[in-house]
Amino acid sequence: MIANLPFIAVALLIGISLAIILLKKNMIKMVMGLSILEGAVNLFLVALGYRENGIAPIFTSAPEGAEMVLPTVQALTLTNIVIGVATTALMLALVMVIYKKYGTVNSNKIRRLKE
Amino acid sequence: MTLGLIGRNAGRLLVPLIFIFGFYIVVHGHITPGGGFQGGAVIATGVALLLVSYYYRDCLERFIPITNFKLVESAGLMLYICTALAGIVVGSGLLFNWLNASGGLFGHPVAYGVNPGDLFTAGTIPILNFAIGIEVFGALSVVTLIMFAGLREKTQQEEDAEAAESAAPLVSKRKKGKGGRK
Amino acid sequence: MIVLVVLATLILLVPAVGLNFGDPITSSTDQYYIDHSQVETGANNVVASIVFDYRGFDTLGEATVLFIAVLGVAMVFRRLYK
Repeated sequence: MIANLPFIAVALLIGISLAIILLKKNMIKMVMGLSILEGAVNLFLVALGYRENGIAPIFTSAPEGAEMVLPTVQALTLTNIVIGVATTALMLALVMVIYKKYGTVNSNKIRRLKE
Repeated sequence: MTLGLIGRNAGRLLVPLIFIFGFYIVVHGHITPGGGFQGGAVIATGVALLLVSYYYRDCLERFIPITNFKLVESAGLMLYICTALAGIVVGSGLLFNWLNASGGLFGHPVAYGVNPGDLFTAGTIPILNFAIGIEVFGALSVVTLIMFAGLREKTQQEEDAEAAESAAPLVSKRKKGKGGRK
Repeated sequence: MIVLVVLATLILLVPAVGLNFGDPITSSTDQYYIDHSQVETGANNVVASIVFDYRGFDTLGEATVLFIAVLGVAMVFRRLYK
């Protein structure tokens, strides 16, 4: 069980980020929780493609006679990081507009639809 | 709100080094780890350092207007689309690697197996790396600069009226005396 | 609400202990990419040749997503003309 440490860390990080999103009232803390969730998913994707005693999949000055780790998963993770950046930027812009209009970032106090 | 003398000069000395390092990561994308996205994010860090050391609205807005970063970002995406469409013009299919091992711009043949890397190999891949690097740099700089300026409180016509009003009392001060305008 | 979160974490821990870390389920396309990417694309970096040559269409879509996100942020912070 000690060899599965990356997967146990992924499960704990998903649990922590779900607890932050569901239980906190401040909107900026909700955005932080979503950013932790996106980082945990990227870690899970990269840890899926690891071979025992493998090297990075690059042919420049590679040590002789070693296997390479799987390269497809790393390409998926590159795309996922950029999409996470775009989502976080748009959410923070919306939080700034809500603060300008209502004067607070507490999500219990912005339940009025029209003011 | 600018920093002191040491802060401003240290920021001004470090920004070209950050640009050179980010450009090195972008250009060597097909030999070493790295590539377009990583190098573009490193170059955008240099713009963030420039933003912290000088206050943008007082010192830098006349020299580096935000329109230049928008042009750079659009040029990056257009270069990617034109390189993708060039595959249809030459032979078969979108994004076809037609410069690979052909003796043209990036067309040296590759020694197979483990080798020290050659910069001028691999066809259209360095061109696409350069386009994506420029696009990510422009996009992250535009997002940082726009969110730093914040929200506008007045509309454009009210701002023009205030600017005209604050310039007028220098003319009419001799006629009306003091205490005329707020 | 806390009970639901703890229950979700415990349910997620079951496949985490079940997977083995150093021995992935190897598909045949990964081995094809490692063996043939230097011959067909001429790049030393296998990940760069996957992202820009074998699956370059996904990178085009991702560049468009980044462009649209910046467009949305710039539209939120615009000056209003009355």
